Amino acid sequence: MSTALAIDTDRLRKLYGDSVAVRALSLQVAQGEAFGFLGPNGAGKTTSIKMLLSLVEPSGGTARVLGAPLGDRETRRRIGFLPEHFRFHDWLSGDEFLTLHGRLHGLDGGDLRRRVGALLERVGLAGHGGKPLKAYSKGMLQRVGLAQAMINDPELIILDEPTSGLDPVGRLLVRDVIRELRQRGTTVFINSHLLSEVEITCDRVAFLKRGEVIHAAPVKDLHLEATRVTLRAGNLTEAVKLGLAAYGEVLRRDGELVLLSIASSKVLPEMTRFLVERGVDVYALTPHQPSLEELFIQIVGMEGGL
Amino acid sequence: MSAVVILFRLTLLEAARRRMLLVALLMGAAFLALFNLGFYFMLPNVVAGADEAGSVGVGRGDFFNFVLMAGLYAVNFLSIAMGALLAADTLSGEVSTGTIQAIAVKPIRRSSIVFGKWLAFAILLAAYQVLLAWGVILSVWLQAGYLPPNPIPGLALMYMEAILIMTLTMAGSSRLTALATGGMIFGLYGIAFLGGWVEQFGSFSENTTAIQVGIVSSLIIPSEALWKRAAFEMTAPLVRLLGFSPFSSPSVPSNLMVVYAGAYILVSMLVALWSFGRRDL
Repeated sequence: MSTALAIDTDRLRKLYGDSVAVRALSLQVAQGEAFGFLGPNGAGKTTSIKMLLSLVEPSGGTARVLGAPLGDRETRRRIGFLPEHFRFHDWLSGDEFLTLHGRLHGLDGGDLRRRVGALLERVGLAGHGGKPLKAYSKGMLQRVGLAQAMINDPELIILDEPTSGLDPVGRLLVRDVIRELRQRGTTVFINSHLLSEVEITCDRVAFLKRGEVIHAAPVKDLHLEATRVTLRAGNLTEAVKLGLAAYGEVLRRDGELVLLSIASSKVLPEMTRFLVERGVDVYALTPHQPSLEELFIQIVGMEGGL
Repeated sequence: MSAVVILFRLTLLEAARRRMLLVALLMGAAFLALFNLGFYFMLPNVVAGADEAGSVGVGRGDFFNFVLMAGLYAVNFLSIAMGALLAADTLSGEVSTGTIQAIAVKPIRRSSIVFGKWLAFAILLAAYQVLLAWGVILSVWLQAGYLPPNPIPGLALMYMEAILIMTLTMAGSSRLTALATGGMIFGLYGIAFLGGWVEQFGSFSENTTAIQVGIVSSLIIPSEALWKRAAFEMTAPLVRLLGFSPFSSPSVPSNLMVVYAGAYILVSMLVALWSFGRRDL
């Protein structure tokens, strides 16, 4: 199972007239993985998701979702989706809304009723099922939307900005729900620009820019890459300072303090040995792990989205 | 439960929850009340006028028929307006608000969405028209004891016209915005209406070019032709002979035109299914 792919796309492409929404999306998401899809506004995240869900027809390229080609109707029985902006028929009550979406998945009867009750409770809306969605707050809508995405106990759940409307308590709940889904083996695909969320919940992330994946890596490896280190040391000779350049770029020197940019924290033991062998007195060697926010800027660039 | 049934029930529920049913019912009741009251006050004059004209062979029935057809003409217009209003926002509105997304990703055909909605509107239009048209017919029957000829085929043709407009509106709504769809439908209705008058004038003055203009407009959109045929069915024989009345017509659309209108509805439906099935949501 570990090698099976939940999502596998090859140069998926979407044009709207002359403008390119998604240039060439090549992406592999393993089953059971929690995958973060990051990128500035307008990078093509939502369009990419819509192609995976057959809401939008690709202009080119190929893709398989849960092993089936795009547009396969039976496969959609195994997918859950929380759309961006979570706009739903607001003249339905929470109960009716979840029942409707369960029925569209072919569920019915007592099973569906029990599932609706359990899900409302799971997303913290127990007792609100009888209210019309019109009377729900933004956060409540997002919660009921999340319940809707789980109504069919999906193998793959796609969440488009799942925490954008939520307060910290709501975010914690979404985080918990995602953790639970992963434990059950559900593949979770999260589209977000809230990087701190993705950092906590995801195994792997891909950075999308102008409709192309420009970087994909396990979350834990991101921190090993591109790191800064502050060295506080006495007895730093010119030769040693020049020698340090082999491990990274010296950004600043101020007496005993040296700020270096290194390609990976993997070079640190080697660098320490080099310093000790040259007779340098090392007082401190402090790596500064950049947050995902900083990495995002580094990888995607400062232009941001449009 | 099949997806068509789910969407059918959802659409009916929407009409009820969003107060469309309530408003239609209240306005329909107001219309019938006004028609009743109007007919009540006109009745003595109509009877007197008819008796006076009796010497030239015009009976009371012919006068009652004229008033009745005026009422049904208004019902016909209200029905097609209702058909256009129900359907104009149904697909385009759900696309523009995004509510369609969570629905369309489910394991259902997009055609089930279109067809479920269509079926719900067809039922609503039938109920609306039965209420208004039979309200008018009953009002005349109760007060004057007059029934028009062929009410069943006549009302069926009127219903067909409302369905035609509603289906064509859904086809527009599958791709255009609600406002653009509304503009398109009433533009087409205008063509049909004007074409109908040109044809009537042509028929009256035996001007074949004018008749052909009318026929072409009926081919562009056969809604007015269906009304003319419905009016012909329900018009009293003598009023038919008189010919020129705003509510009936001397040039009667043929059976072929009715068949054409049926095909027109079918093609509109296919366009709606095809176009909504392919569009990006």
